[in-house]
Amino acid sequence: MESIQASRRIMTGNEAVATGVKLSRVKVISAYPITPQTTIVEELAEMVANGELDSKFIEVESEHSALASVIASELSGARSFTASSSHGILYMHENLHWASGMRAPLVMSVVNRAIGPPWNIWSEQTDTFNQRDTGWLQIYCESNQEAMDSVLLGYKIAENKSILLPVMNMLDAFTLSHTSEPVEIRSERTAYDYLGDLDLDFKLDFKNPGGYGSLLGPDGPFMEMKKDMRDSMYNSIKLIKREISNFNDQFEANLPGLTENFMMEDADYALITTGAISSTAKYTVRKLRAQGLKTGLIRLFFYRPFPGDDILKAVRGLKGLGVVERNVSYGQRGPTYEDVVSSLYGKADVPVRNYVVGLGGRDIRVKDYEKMFENLVETDGGMEWINVGVT
Amino acid sequence: MVIVPVAYLPTSSKELSSWRTSRPVIDYSKCTRCAICWKFCPDVAIDLSPDPSLSAPNDRFKALEAPRIDYDHCKGCGICAEECPFDAIAMVEEE
Amino acid sequence: MYEIRFHGRGGQGAVTASKILAMAAFLENKWVTSFPFFGTERRGAPVTAFTRIDDQKIELRSQIYEPDAIIVLDRSLMKIVNVTEGLKSDGILVVNGKSGNLAETSRYRIGFVDATSIALRNGLGDPSHPIVNTAILGAFAKVSNIVSIESIKTATAEMAPSRKKENVNAVQEAYEETELN
Repeated sequence: MESIQASRRIMTGNEAVATGVKLSRVKVISAYPITPQTTIVEELAEMVANGELDSKFIEVESEHSALASVIASELSGARSFTASSSHGILYMHENLHWASGMRAPLVMSVVNRAIGPPWNIWSEQTDTFNQRDTGWLQIYCESNQEAMDSVLLGYKIAENKSILLPVMNMLDAFTLSHTSEPVEIRSERTAYDYLGDLDLDFKLDFKNPGGYGSLLGPDGPFMEMKKDMRDSMYNSIKLIKREISNFNDQFEANLPGLTENFMMEDADYALITTGAISSTAKYTVRKLRAQGLKTGLIRLFFYRPFPGDDILKAVRGLKGLGVVERNVSYGQRGPTYEDVVSSLYGKADVPVRNYVVGLGGRDIRVKDYEKMFENLVETDGGMEWINVGVT
Repeated sequence: MVIVPVAYLPTSSKELSSWRTSRPVIDYSKCTRCAICWKFCPDVAIDLSPDPSLSAPNDRFKALEAPRIDYDHCKGCGICAEECPFDAIAMVEEE
Repeated sequence: MYEIRFHGRGGQGAVTASKILAMAAFLENKWVTSFPFFGTERRGAPVTAFTRIDDQKIELRSQIYEPDAIIVLDRSLMKIVNVTEGLKSDGILVVNGKSGNLAETSRYRIGFVDATSIALRNGLGDPSHPIVNTAILGAFAKVSNIVSIESIKTATAEMAPSRKKENVNAVQEAYEETELN
């Protein structure tokens, strides 16, 4: 049996993120504390205070200012980091566009938490699904290991000169952020060799002053810049695949591609999930397989760029596909469902259903996933809210 | 290479004097070099530098930094003339 | 997979206990997860925490509804919370308190330990807020054979933020003083 504790330590998802930031030799950190992200900031502040991390910590009065600070520091050529959650992310929304528009290759960790009212501090992914159109790459972590690794991977991808877009990596509130589990700490030496230093061609320089994000009229290259961002995002898919396999080689790690196909080879029915809720779904898939039902799971590791082609390949031959959303959208189906269906349109003949689950931290249990699979087998089309209005 | 919204254009490439209908003119014999005009100018179109050749209310003011209007960037808003406590700036209509 | 649920009050250290137990099992080469049910935590409010232990990587991330063991850090909670809810019929119950009449739960294997006195004797907390989380783990080691007392002591020494020696003593004393039903 593999020795577990030889190279691993027990840590929470938030501690894993802070360790990933330390391994990335981040130079500037600015963040405003919010439950359940707070312990990321506390851990980093402590690392800076005791000299473990040679970084500048900027205290601010809001999330909007936290992101504004790290956009500026990143553009000065210093690798920078911030973290937030829920209402904090909503408050940042304007500057999310500024970060991507300025092509600032930041990494931000987001602990997914529900949005009020009513107030709720528990797990739900609506906060970041609301940010899917801001030009940030989005990674949803399934484990604390991925929470650490995706910080390093995030900087590597963001800082690539053909991408230069910021990355947010997501942890489900409490399910990862406050859960302790074994995590392999990546070697500092390897991490440094892997990432190197940030090298921006257009960094702020007193000797060569420039105008950053100044006014452009309709005839200026405004529209061209937006198309360039869109191109960078689409083109990043190839590069992400290459970088993930590079990461796995360098660190002997086990990151999936943009998606992870779990028991999909001969599956009849499958679910699509994002984040740590995928783990219990995998457990259910194994359980149902043992009972003779050919089930499978596609986990979205990346949500932006959207891995539509990978999903298309994985779903061929399915009798039913269920898209699980731990987020809520009003007046239309969920965002993941819309993206999946648009990727399959005219190319795959698979009935697709949409399941809304686990809002406001409502626990997602094996029986909830069983219910979805049952529903997939029996019906097609439509949207279901799972475990709602029941006690 | 991505397109980045950063422009390295010298400020001289943005000449805005055509926006002006009247120009501020400083009467240095009234100017105490208090720099209030420099502080209030919203377009950073007033520079400060010592120039003993300019006149002044008396000789000791000549050693101080005197305001000088950058007519390439002054849009003629008149705030300097309004704020000058010594009525040393007059707005003169452009021809 | 072995599942443990902790019941305590805010400030008694139930969340830390769940982590120390996970660490102890981890030292024995097990896969573990431990997590709190994060309520609006205040000192005195009922708190739940969970630990899972398995020989393979743990996929299940829901809360624990049918635990193999339940550890109660504060006996007074048993009046307001149905602490044994879902406990497997051959399950283990560890209670901070002197052995007494617990007829309704007698089908379980029960361990009683006066963790409060042990904590206070070792200078852990004060009479109004004793820190009983390390002592109660000593009792768990006595009642179950999931994790050895040595691993719990090692994990306690590693994770106790202060008074490491006193905490390790409390684990050992509780182990020795636990009464079984």
